Formats: sequence, C-alpha cells, structure tokens
Amino acid sequence: MRRWPALIGVHLALGIVAVATLLPFLWMLSASLMPAGEASQWPPSFLPSRPTLSNYRALFHRLDLGRCFLNSAFVAVVSTALALLIVSLAGYAFAKLHFPGRSRIYRALLTAMVIPAQVAMLPLFLLLREVGLVNTYWGVIIPALAPVFGIFMVRQYALSLPDELLDAARVDGAGEFTIYRKLVFPLLRPILVTFGVFSFIGAWNDFMWPLIVLTDDRKYTLPVALANLIGEHAQDIELMMAGSVLTVLPVLVLFLALQRTYVEGLTMGGVKE
Amino acid sequence: MSAAGGYRSSRSRREARAGLAFITPALALIAVFFVVPVVVGFLLAATDFDIYAVGDLATARFVGLGNFAALFHDPVFWKALGNTFYFVLVGGPLSVAVSLAAALLVNARLVRFKGLFRTVYFAPVVTTMVAVAVVWRYLYHPRFGLLNQLLALGGLGPVNWLGDPRWAMPAVILMAVWKNFGYNMIIFVAGLQSVPATIYEAARVDGAGPWRQFRHLTLPALRPMLVFVGVITMVGYFQLFTEPYVMTNGGGPLNATLSIVMYMYKQGFRWWNIGFGAAVALVLFLIILAGTLVQLRLQKGRE
Repeated sequence: MRRWPALIGVHLALGIVAVATLLPFLWMLSASLMPAGEASQWPPSFLPSRPTLSNYRALFHRLDLGRCFLNSAFVAVVSTALALLIVSLAGYAFAKLHFPGRSRIYRALLTAMVIPAQVAMLPLFLLLREVGLVNTYWGVIIPALAPVFGIFMVRQYALSLPDELLDAARVDGAGEFTIYRKLVFPLLRPILVTFGVFSFIGAWNDFMWPLIVLTDDRKYTLPVALANLIGEHAQDIELMMAGSVLTVLPVLVLFLALQRTYVEGLTMGGVKE
Repeated sequence: MSAAGGYRSSRSRREARAGLAFITPALALIAVFFVVPVVVGFLLAATDFDIYAVGDLATARFVGLGNFAALFHDPVFWKALGNTFYFVLVGGPLSVAVSLAAALLVNARLVRFKGLFRTVYFAPVVTTMVAVAVVWRYLYHPRFGLLNQLLALGGLGPVNWLGDPRWAMPAVILMAVWKNFGYNMIIFVAGLQSVPATIYEAARVDGAGPWRQFRHLTLPALRPMLVFVGVITMVGYFQLFTEPYVMTNGGGPLNATLSIVMYMYKQGFRWWNIGFGAAVALVLFLIILAGTLVQLRLQKGRE
C-alpha cells in the first residue's frame, strides 16, 4: 500500500515532462489555425477563436511553399534510395567479404568520424562550384551519400548473417553480386528500413548544407525556405506556425509509423560496442 | 597443388575482388567529397583565399599561420569561442542529466504506458530544427510568448529572453535540451534494461536504499553509455548553428549567441574570407578532437 505515493509521484513527474515536451507542438498547431493577428493579441489565447486554414492557403498560393515541399521530398527520397544501395554494399563487404586491407580501411573510416563536417564545407563548396553543382539538388544530395554511421549500422547487422548460407550459394555457382542482390539484400531488410528512416529524416531536416548550396529560392528545401521566410514575415506568427507544421509533419508521421525500428537502430551504436 | 586448393584460392580471389568493388562507391564518395576537401581545408587555412581568388586562383597567397594570428587578435572570435564553450559546458551536462532523469523515470518498475512516454519524449528529436526554432522564437516572445505567460502565473518576469544578452544563451540552451534529451534517454533506457532485475532485488534484500542502488548498481552499469552519450552530445553541441541562425538573427543580441560555426559561416560564406573561415573550421576540429580525447581518457582513468 505504501507504493501509492511513489506511483503517483512518478506519474506526475512523467506527466509534467510530457506536457512540457508537447506544449510547443500544440501551440504551433493551434496558432497555425488562428486568423491573422490573433496570436499577437492581448490577452493572448491558446486556442483559435475561429479556426481557419487561411494560413495554409497563403503558404501554398502566395508563397509557393508547396514547391519547396516537393524539393525537400525529392532530395530526401533520392538521397535515401542511393545511400541505401551504397551503404548496404559497403557494410556487407566489410562484414562478410575478405579482401586485403579490410580492417584497416574500416578503422580509418570510423576514425574519420571525429572530423566535423564543417571542416570540409568551404573547400567542398569551391569544388562543387568548379563542377557546376552549386545551386542544384545534386549538390545537396551527392556529398552525403556515403554516411559512415550507415556503413557501421549495416556492418554490425551483417556480421550475424550465416556464412554457410553464403558459401552454399557460392558452391551453387552464384556470382558475388548475385549473392548480394538475391540473398544478402533481402536478409538485411530490417536494418535497411532503420537506416532508411534515419537517412530520410536526416536529409529532410538538414539545414546548413542546403542553405550554403542552394541560392535560388525556387530550389530551397523547406527548412531553408522557412528560415528565409522568417526574415520577411517575422510578424506573421500564424503564417510562420503553418509553415512549421508543414515542415515537421512528414518526419513526425514517419517517426510515429516506424518508431520501433527507428528507436532500435538508435541504441545499436551505444550498446553493442 | 590439389584441385580443391586451387578452387579455394581462385574463389577467395573472386571474393576479394567483389569486396573491393562493393566498397568502391562508398570510398570514392568519401574520398572526393570528404577526405579531399578536409585536406584542402588545411591548405586553405594557410592562405588568404578570398572573393578575388574565387575568380582568379592566382591572387591567393600563402600566409602561413597568419590567419591564426589574425584570429587570435579578433575579439569577436574570442566571443564566439566563449559562447560556444558556455553552450557546450552548461547545455551538454544539463542535457545528459535531464536524459538520465527521464530514463530512470520512464524505466521505473511501476510505470504504466512506458512506450507512450518514450515516444512523446522522443518526438522533438526527429522534428526539424529550423521549424522548432521558429516555434520557440515565439514562445520566447517577451509579450505574447507562452513562457512569459506561464512565468506571470507565478508572479515572475517578464524576461526578454532573446533580446537580452544575459538571457539569450540560457534560452538557446533550454530549447536545445528540450530538443535533444529524448535521444540520450533512449540510449540510457537500453542500458538500464540490460541490468538484470535480480541484482536490484538482491540489493534490496541487503538493505540498500534507492540512492545506494543508483550509485553502486545503476551508474556503473551505465558507464559505457555515459561515455558514448557524453562524446556524442559534446560533438553535437560544439556545432551550434541553426538555433542562433533562426532565433537570434545569426548570433545576436550583441553577439551573445554567436557560435564558432556561425562565425565560420559568416566569414567564409557571407564575406568570402575563405582562407580565414577554413582556419576557424580547423580550430573547431582541434577543439572537438581534444574534447573527445579528454572524455575518453577520463573514463579510462576511472575504470
């Protein structure tokens, strides 16, 4: 019986943290449905007096944010699809195929992760300028196509694939690429789903690099467009909130739909080492 | 040589060729788009590469350590460095502490709806930083902001969160902790679940209270996760950029939230002082490297 106070205390604390976590999202959603000017009235109200979609209409019709939404979707989908192919090939090779220098190359890759991406940014920009990739989607996509953490994730998972299975396929005369395509790729599915979600969310949310590469506002991804919008529309709180909802909605939905795979993948790095 | 041996060696040669072929796309991309730029970055940092050199490479000159000398004489650089350390040294430990507390709460034996709480706490992690920074900019509004309204209920405030140089960095820290504590929490929860419940039962039978259980069972079990979380959080916090870009118009007020990365961005990409910007990036790298080594060394020393 003396458990009751502890039970209530713990749930109360959990509840308070949950409210603090959700409140910014709830206010964002609520303010996005307010008529223009209502979020900056005194006394302020939490809920819209007359909910309206006019802010969302303005985003799509007047500000052409629908285009930026498609830009973001293109960048995130294409970079995820290509990264899946590149990372699964490399991760599988580092785990299961014997070749000279394998462990040395792999260790060098892991060590390189200490170098922050910012060190490469200025030279990379000059390089992209030389090859004409500044202000293109490919300039955003290509430099991020071989993330080392993805290779690490796939390798850790691929280590558990049974060697007998691969050997049996070899004895049957299958080539190495056929083995990868027909046997390994399907077996890696769970980890590839996890990595795919990671990659999509990362690409969708990325800000600094697209900000540097994209100079034409018709090519902006949503985060860049939103950061740009606040320069001119800082007073239009309701409009900015609608833009924020539009930006976070796809990743939030994806996370809620696939949260189990996502969270499991997250703990791999910390626990398995 | 036996037929089987010949077969095996030709097979292993085929396997080696396939292995090298499979890692080639990844290695080529990393070499061209990361290794080469990093090396060039080191070289650029020793030149006065600027907007004219972008047009005509021949105008760039070798200046040796000149950029670093100029950097160390620039008070704005020291301001940015100080701000970044403020953010890392206050925000980092705060984030880890909140994550650990949240993990202990969520993982407590009596708790119902564990999955639900975990999901809620994790939601800010996956959401777009630019968007939540926009939202928090308004939450911090001195007059209409939700935060000051809540403070007013308690008779406090109003605080000019993002307009007052003393409060701007605490405001950025609060938002950053809100955004990322769920990430570390998940890692701590995984660590907690790897500790068998029977150990705790044995400790209880021996009369160990909650604090002693935490101190002598939970913390040692979490040691590997603490190292991982400590390094990851520190590295991430050193790269502060988006929050000041969106919330304080690039590092205001009075440079109170100007970070090292923001300083590099302005020098390199806004004013095209590319050699100088590359030197700033190099300093950031050295600091992160030193911080990582110190954390790993500290953990090793304690074992």
